[in-house]
Amino acid sequence: MAGSNNLNITPPRWLLAELTYKCPLQCPYCSNPLDYAAHSQELGTEDWKRVLTQARKMGAVQLGLSGGEPLTRQDLEEIVQHARGLGYYSNLITSGYGLTEERILALKAAGLDHIQVSIQASSADLSDHLAGTQSFEHKKQVAHLVKKHGYPMVLCVVIHRENIHQMADILTMAEELGADYLELANTQYYGWAHINRDALLPTKEQFEEAEAIAQAFKEKVAGRMKIYYVVPDFYEGRPKACMNGWGTTFLTIAPDGVALPCHSARELPGLNCPNVNDFSIEQIWKESKAFNFFRGFEWMQEPCRSCDEKGKDYGGCRCQAYLLAGDMYATDPVCSKSPQRHLIQQAIDSARETALTGNEKPLVFRNSKNSRGFF
Amino acid sequence: MTINSELTISFSPTHRLQWEEAQNRNVILYPEGMVELNHSSAEILKCCDGSKTLKQIIDELHRKFSTTGLENDITHFLEIALQNGWIKQP
Repeated sequence: MAGSNNLNITPPRWLLAELTYKCPLQCPYCSNPLDYAAHSQELGTEDWKRVLTQARKMGAVQLGLSGGEPLTRQDLEEIVQHARGLGYYSNLITSGYGLTEERILALKAAGLDHIQVSIQASSADLSDHLAGTQSFEHKKQVAHLVKKHGYPMVLCVVIHRENIHQMADILTMAEELGADYLELANTQYYGWAHINRDALLPTKEQFEEAEAIAQAFKEKVAGRMKIYYVVPDFYEGRPKACMNGWGTTFLTIAPDGVALPCHSARELPGLNCPNVNDFSIEQIWKESKAFNFFRGFEWMQEPCRSCDEKGKDYGGCRCQAYLLAGDMYATDPVCSKSPQRHLIQQAIDSARETALTGNEKPLVFRNSKNSRGFF
Repeated sequence: MTINSELTISFSPTHRLQWEEAQNRNVILYPEGMVELNHSSAEILKCCDGSKTLKQIIDELHRKFSTTGLENDITHFLEIALQNGWIKQP
């Protein structure tokens, strides 16, 4: 049985507060659950303040304010102010959609530390197509305003087959916008990206070409811009150390108050993730079944159990094992030691075939109408 | 990157230096990241208030800890800090 041993539990450092699933954008790689529209209840302001206070007391210090689009919460400034008072470093993770200069100033006054703006592509037509909303020019203005008001500016671009050919232009755009950090996030195939994978997963050649361009740029802008490169794990031989180890560092609270060891964990069966309406953060972190489930190594199967790298990657991602191998205890199939590595090759081949034949199914956009088809 | 000895040194306005009770140490916070500092690194960074040059910082730390001979250690650490964007010069 997955860990009931709660010795050696490290405190949470990262709190991801998904304030809402509401979003004006419809990105087809969104990491929100497919059935997000079934979870429309949202925690109130006082609930969020309580959660922040309790997690901070345990040692959480980085706070991600995310969603959905967190700007749709009218109490965002109040939540930010509470977070600042507690000593969090708060990161607003936004599409920028609807962000005015007035609100940027109000958030600054409330104590917000940083704004991460996502842009979907380097050209207006593609960016607007992917977002499902006309937003490109506005996003660029927002990026300028973020800089103007003294925030460190992180530009986030999710990379996939529809935009990977724009890598050089994306880098130029980041430089022109004066980004302090650029997050090049190769799509991770969960949630909406999982069902759109045949249309989104680039070929190996595309990855290698884009990576070489990004690498050369990284050297050119060293000292001026930092680049975070989120690895495309389908083309790696070893799995990512997902969430830095289950229940060691990261705590996600979904809009309805469900506490998750990772933001995709909602998709895993039988975890019975606890709700902050019923338990304190300390109870959830230390005692809940869900947070103890994959702590330590006891839950592992072979080849993970006897692997000398298990302390480094923890067997990879549980959600990926479940989504691809149908078994959340399995070795992450991206690992070259996995007996199910062929599933990754099949996914790569299938996407490649789709790309080469031009026989693409239309993208399924992330919106409430489509979400209702999943429950 | 090297420190310009003519110019003052300030802590970066886009980073935050903060004491973390839960970790019993000072940390630097920045977008989606954190660096844990040992005691001496934190003491050096606290001197970077925008009013002092490298030499003045070294003098102040020598005075504060009643010691000498820290020039190389302090300079080396501040070069790393500059490379990482934790400090800046005008």
